[in-house]
Amino acid sequence: MAMQWTSVDEFLRMGGYGLYVWGSYGVTLMLMAFEAMSARKRHRLARQQAGEGAGA
Amino acid sequence: MTHAPAQPLRWNTYAAPSRFYPMAGKWIPWFWAAAALLGAAGLWTGFAIAPTDFQQGDAYRIIFIHVPAAWMSMVIYLVMAFWAVWGWMLNARMASMYARALAPTGAMFTFVALWTGALWGKPTWGTWWVWDARLTSEFILLLLYGGYIALTEAIDDPRRAANAGALLALVGAVNIPIIYFSVKWWNTLHQGSTINMGAAPKMASTMLTAMLLMTFCFWAYAFAVVFTRARAIVLEQESDTEWVRALGAGQDQ
Repeated sequence: MAMQWTSVDEFLRMGGYGLYVWGSYGVTLMLMAFEAMSARKRHRLARQQAGEGAGA
Repeated sequence: MTHAPAQPLRWNTYAAPSRFYPMAGKWIPWFWAAAALLGAAGLWTGFAIAPTDFQQGDAYRIIFIHVPAAWMSMVIYLVMAFWAVWGWMLNARMASMYARALAPTGAMFTFVALWTGALWGKPTWGTWWVWDARLTSEFILLLLYGGYIALTEAIDDPRRAANAGALLALVGAVNIPIIYFSVKWWNTLHQGSTINMGAAPKMASTMLTAMLLMTFCFWAYAFAVVFTRARAIVLEQESDTEWVRALGAGQDQ
């Protein structure tokens, strides 16, 4: 149960595979955040339109 | 309709869009909280505790999102096809709406599986991509999701869109066992299953723990996002009903 890294730089280099590892995690996180935001936006717009329909 | 007297809970209680909408609204924050906690625990286990692999070095750490994303891509497709066909056969609107709400999330996880696979393949196999059975069938899964989304979006009438989508989803479901068993049926560059039923996992327990935590994180995320999108679809398709108008007028939560 020991920490695997002795410095931030070593952590970021990922034993020479930093580009591959962080490229995987970075894109995954970005896509998940984008998808979540677009779903929330779609719901917000649908809710607004329901409000406009009610006012008419 | 929203203020109808309480009915006994039945298996189809949440088949009514007017009942699904407030229920999902209450659950979504809890799914987000679970996703955040499980994700934090999974990343901590995967990066701080799990040891460096003796063969692959630290490149193997991609597994903690690659395998869960690949699992999600297949499971979500089966759930999507199930609800699509259910909605088609029984003319159940909510089921068809679940199916359409699931598709983008399934497509996203399929892309993540392919993307992280490419970034893992380059340092370990020496190539980003190869047209072997596993990679090709997973790529076809992405096309199936894309086809399903394009088809259902192209048809304006919700019921006709749902029925056409259900047929495509059903036919495409044959691809799921092909993906799953491809590493057994064909000689693929892609490695065999990491976890097999009835056999000890071929990985350290901390690695397995990290992978399972990330899988549960993705599950919680998928529930949160799919419910959010399903709520939007409910409002879009039920805009002419009394309860949605009441909602819009601010009479209900």
